[in-house]
Amino acid sequence: MTAMIHAEQVTKSFGHHEVLRGIDLTVEAGEVCCLLGPSGSGKSTFLRCVNHLETVSSGRLRVDGQLVGYRESHGRLHELRPREIAARRRDIGMVFQRFNLFPHLSAAANIMEAPMRVRGVSKTDARQQALALLDRVGLADRAEAYPATLSGGQQQRVAIARALAMRPKLMLFDEPTSALDPELVGDVLDVMRSLAAEGMTMVVVTHEMGFAREVADTVVFMDGGVVVEAGQPGQVLVAPREERTRGFLAKVL
Amino acid sequence: MTQPPASLTAVPVRHYGRWITAALAVAATVWLVVTLAASPALEPATVGHYLTQDFILAGVRTTLILTAVAMVLGATGGIVLAVMRLSDNPVLKALAAAFVWLFRGTPLLVQIVFFGFLGALLPRITVRVPLTGTILFDKPTSLVITGTVAAVLALSLNEMAYAAEIVRGGILAVDKGQTEAAHALGMTSAQTLRRIVLPQAMRVIVPPMGNEVITMLKSTALVSVIAGRDLMTAVQGVYAQNYKVIPLLAVAAIWYLALVSVLSIVQILLERRFGRGHHVHTGGAPR
Ligand SMILES: Nc1ncnc2c1ncn2[C@@H]1O[C@H](COP(=O)(O)OP(=O)(O)OP(=O)(O)O)[C@@H](O)[C@H]1O
Ligand SMILES: [Mg+2]
Repeated sequence: MTAMIHAEQVTKSFGHHEVLRGIDLTVEAGEVCCLLGPSGSGKSTFLRCVNHLETVSSGRLRVDGQLVGYRESHGRLHELRPREIAARRRDIGMVFQRFNLFPHLSAAANIMEAPMRVRGVSKTDARQQALALLDRVGLADRAEAYPATLSGGQQQRVAIARALAMRPKLMLFDEPTSALDPELVGDVLDVMRSLAAEGMTMVVVTHEMGFAREVADTVVFMDGGVVVEAGQPGQVLVAPREERTRGFLAKVL
Repeated sequence: MTQPPASLTAVPVRHYGRWITAALAVAATVWLVVTLAASPALEPATVGHYLTQDFILAGVRTTLILTAVAMVLGATGGIVLAVMRLSDNPVLKALAAAFVWLFRGTPLLVQIVFFGFLGALLPRITVRVPLTGTILFDKPTSLVITGTVAAVLALSLNEMAYAAEIVRGGILAVDKGQTEAAHALGMTSAQTLRRIVLPQAMRVIVPPMGNEVITMLKSTALVSVIAGRDLMTAVQGVYAQNYKVIPLLAVAAIWYLALVSVLSIVQILLERRFGRGHHVHTGGAPR
């Protein structure tokens, strides 16, 4: 079986600033991987490379066996056209720190948009699915609400439902609870927990150590654009081998 | 906060200065209106007579059509120009910038006269199939570019330049996270622009575009210099013969005011429509 994500010596530079300096990382299908690391260590950048919101500078990054940004045929690599890049992204869901719901659309319409436009699902089917997903994230009664009228926690749950509507095989979460008031964090984490329990492959950038310890199969600690340490949560969080990991954990715990 | 004791009556601050300036302003306005209205040159009966004459109404209709056509072409072209300027293609970027530079940098009146007299620069308009001698189209310019066509051309090309800047500003005002979210869902750039970015940009675009429509309606008066058959041309045609300049200008002013008032109401309704999802309705709390 191929890994869901396989990164080999992935680097990414913005101008002269090398943000990722050789990431090696494997995420198996069905696995939950939590990415930890200090601010500026490149966690978001790596996540964005996975669904090609950023282009990798060098190294190899495969998602579900396919090289990100390229099509392989007859032993050659062909750079993907914008349309093909868009097609690859359909299968990868992304949840942002600042939700990024579409403010001009109701909660249900936010969820229906991509299935209708991208997958060609009929309006009736898309709506039915949207209502089911809203029910699942505990917001069945807010289908017609506009994002501005929802709390942060509710907005983030709609954003998760929106990503799930594309039936992705991989979900990326970039600090999904960092912008939330503490009392709203729990509802969002509950939704993510249930997703993990269903076997969704997830990469989660988070500072929620409790969530990482309880839900993650692998915890990866990044610093300065490289993976410093990776392993089971019981090992990395409890008995870190690296000095840098220990220093970071001492600060956040 | 301490509550004033109930036994005391609170006396609000008296703004005497405000009252005095307001009274002076009203007095000046009344004096001005009365003096002007008393002028024998105004001839209210003449104004009333011409206000609904057929040729004046025809002029009003042409003015409205010119405004509508020029605005639709201008806004559509403006969106195209704005997207060109924001694209990654340096050639498209430069072309769009040059267009805006040219049409914003010259007076509308010059552009109108220029298109009105295009025949002097380009006597015939000919379209040939390249390399072969076959002629698809060949006519004198003056027959193709009539006064009305010249007016529409000048007004819409000029409007495109202004609309481009307004649309560009609107697109830039939309949070980058919106584009990323749409892309992350697998939407193409075209879908993202049409379904996600432009509808949100509209909120920023509609108010200045409303002003553009009102400006356009009044700018159509300029096409009277090339006999564009608009309201102003109609009015000029009459006062050139009977010298009743003031009453006829009053006729024009009344019509322009009426049309602008209607447009202003439409603008308010549109702004409400595109503001959807942006105001949290909390039962009348101040925004
Ligand atoms: N588009 C960009 N252009 C230039 N530099 C960038 C860009 N995006 C990120 N960077 C830089 O890359 C570095 C890593 O950023 P990144 O957002 O990946 O860090 P992070 O680990 O997610 O941090 P945080 O915990 O603060 O979110 C930072 O120094 C940042 O300034
Ligand atoms: Mg980040």
